[in-house]
Amino acid sequence: MIAELGHLLTVLAFGLTLLAAYHGFSGRDELAARAMGLSAVAAIFGLVALVMAFIRSDFSVELVARHSHSLKPFFYKIAGAWGNHEGSMLLWCVIMLGYGAIAGAVMAPGRLKARALGVQGALAALSLAYLLFASSPFTRLADPPLDGNGLNPLLQDPALAFHPPFLYLGYVGFSFVFSIAAAGLIEGQVGREWARRVRPWALFAWSALTIGISLGAIWAYYELGWGGWWFWDPVENASFMPWLVGAALVHSLIVTQKRGSMAAWTVLLAVLTFCLSILGAFLVRSGVLTSVHAFALDPERGALLLAGLVIVGVFALGLYAWRAPKLEAGPVFDPISREGALILNNLFLSVAAATVLVGTLYPLVVEAVSGEKISVGSPYFDMTLAPLMAILFLAPPAAQSFAWRKADLTPVLKRLIIAGALAIAAAGATFILLAGKLWAVLGVAIGVWLIAGTITDLLRRIGGGGVARAFALSASIWGMTIAHIGLGVFVIGASVEVNGRVERTFALMPGETAELDNWTFTFNGVQSDEGPNYFSQVADITAVKGRREMQLAPQKRFYPAAGMPTTEVAIRKSLTGDLYVALGDEVRGRPGAWTLRVSFNPMIDWVFGGAGLIALGGFMAFASKRLRQRVEVDDPITVEPDLVAEPAE
Amino acid sequence: MRARSQRAWLIAIAGALLAGAAVLVFNSLGDNLNYTRTPTNMVQDSVPAGTRVRVGGLVGVDSILNGEGAMVHFAITDGTYDVNVSYDGLPPDLFDEGQGIVAEGVVLPDGSVKASRLVARHDENYMPKEAYDALKDAGGEDAARAAMYSREGAAK
Repeated sequence: MIAELGHLLTVLAFGLTLLAAYHGFSGRDELAARAMGLSAVAAIFGLVALVMAFIRSDFSVELVARHSHSLKPFFYKIAGAWGNHEGSMLLWCVIMLGYGAIAGAVMAPGRLKARALGVQGALAALSLAYLLFASSPFTRLADPPLDGNGLNPLLQDPALAFHPPFLYLGYVGFSFVFSIAAAGLIEGQVGREWARRVRPWALFAWSALTIGISLGAIWAYYELGWGGWWFWDPVENASFMPWLVGAALVHSLIVTQKRGSMAAWTVLLAVLTFCLSILGAFLVRSGVLTSVHAFALDPERGALLLAGLVIVGVFALGLYAWRAPKLEAGPVFDPISREGALILNNLFLSVAAATVLVGTLYPLVVEAVSGEKISVGSPYFDMTLAPLMAILFLAPPAAQSFAWRKADLTPVLKRLIIAGALAIAAAGATFILLAGKLWAVLGVAIGVWLIAGTITDLLRRIGGGGVARAFALSASIWGMTIAHIGLGVFVIGASVEVNGRVERTFALMPGETAELDNWTFTFNGVQSDEGPNYFSQVADITAVKGRREMQLAPQKRFYPAAGMPTTEVAIRKSLTGDLYVALGDEVRGRPGAWTLRVSFNPMIDWVFGGAGLIALGGFMAFASKRLRQRVEVDDPITVEPDLVAEPAE
Repeated sequence: MRARSQRAWLIAIAGALLAGAAVLVFNSLGDNLNYTRTPTNMVQDSVPAGTRVRVGGLVGVDSILNGEGAMVHFAITDGTYDVNVSYDGLPPDLFDEGQGIVAEGVVLPDGSVKASRLVARHDENYMPKEAYDALKDAGGEDAARAAMYSREGAAK
């Protein structure tokens, strides 16, 4: 019954989205909001029905039989509902409708709201049609098995249980940004007030996407056993492109809101971000590109997603070509000004997204043109992105204190002398500690420059006002400050980790030792153990460095339900980084000997910590009260650098 | 006049940046391409030593040998021809005889591949695209599908 109920609720949600789209396009915002809200409720209960089928281990539902197992821990029965193609598409629809329902409740009434809900309703109808007709999660089996296949054990992990919800809050969150952008174009309302209304949605979606991507990277780091956290895999690129363009968008929205400039560019970014989200869904789910963690190969679903991308893209770009030329250009400004700096940010981020796009799609183009099958190696992405980002990251400390329209560079640079000196000192220290690793030296210098420069700007804003003034600063200022500090932390962590990582692979008999970077590892043998739904081989390893001694127990697990082995690495954290040990296989022909991979990953926590700070900064800016205040038509265009205090309510 | 000069410097900066990015892309793209080859291609077309390739297929039965240290040697087969591969590191979890695999690396003078990365299937329904294509080219669609859904290798 529960699967049929879920299916019925999803069909109901589909009907209601059509109604929302109809009312929205007819300009009836209240009715559209009501239909959208009801549709969201129906879809949420549809998802609940699917989760119930997973909890009850109802193996007559095909999806449950393929992806669950009666012995699976309770938590992963729930998370398993969206750990597969069909379930995750339902989650996609729920989140898209959720954004629409919240917008229906909180947006100021009017034609912009009606049109935005109309577009959102149409997007949701497309998604639900795809779900119902091409990937229904509620299909029954005529002949239910006694037990299920089990969730892919690699996915039985807390980070990965939360990875899809956050990723979709981001990816799919951009659908509502798209909807307001399209509505603004239809209504001819793309301007300062429009930008003010888009900003919270863009900030929230982008911050959630940051968390979603980070959770994926953290999972890859400790679950795959390769020690890396980013592989330039097509699936990763699929999430990184909307992130880059979204980052450009949250910056250009500031210019459009405060100054009325760059409206045409901002609205273009707003529609492109969601188009890139759909492109990502296509790349991940169609199997056109080889990826370490794609869904199963399915060309038919891929073709439908591609059709969806074309429909949405043609609609958006057609609307844009028709309406954008009529948008006002806004007041002029100097190259050295807040606007100029933010445009530079946007140019760099968009070009960076374009180079990732070229590297990701190049194999498809070459295969289509010449039939030659190729792939692009990860050094391409490092070599193109690193120089672009290195130049871009020099700007924020100075740009943060630029005035609008025309800035005076000299006093800004004078204030930053200390930050520059700190950056050079840090570069020198890194050069000594990691001799010869030029990218690490450069990365540390840039990271310290970002952190020290951002703090310099914060101190300027606080001035002599002390703690009271610091608390009076608006949440958007604090958000920017924390995000830029987080970026500095990330850059330091990433460049030191990638360039300073040491690793070796050994094959050891019990009692034998091996050395890496002044650590001595003694292999004491392997013992068998058992978990709730797996068998494991647990190694016992003693690691000694000077007077420090620790025991590590990396495992190799075998999950009989899925017929799959997995690696459980052993990680020991310290202030300087992670000691990381993965257990391989027993060596063929040498009974008792096992292969081990040992690495030291310096400053790895800075990578994830920095990403977390970036997301926190984005959420703080989202929460800023200033974004909740209408921009009136006759409001003066901002001229001064940001107001220090939150305006009185 | 001011608006026109603003447009001029905007276009200049954007143009310079795009030119710089294009140089970066063209410089690094060509050096970092991996050419996908099936074992049959590798044997029949004698790929020159030093070429960066991705070879897909199945890990040959009884072909896995542990060498010095953690070195692994094995053969990739598409059912018609075999290519020898060596890899220094821990193979992925689902690396096993009869399983789909893609080896990415450099061709050595003896025609074998020194792999820098191995990509295996990551669940029971999935096989790396190149492995699937190589089997399909050599043995047809049915053989490739049969190998994809076979769970014998993993369920030891």
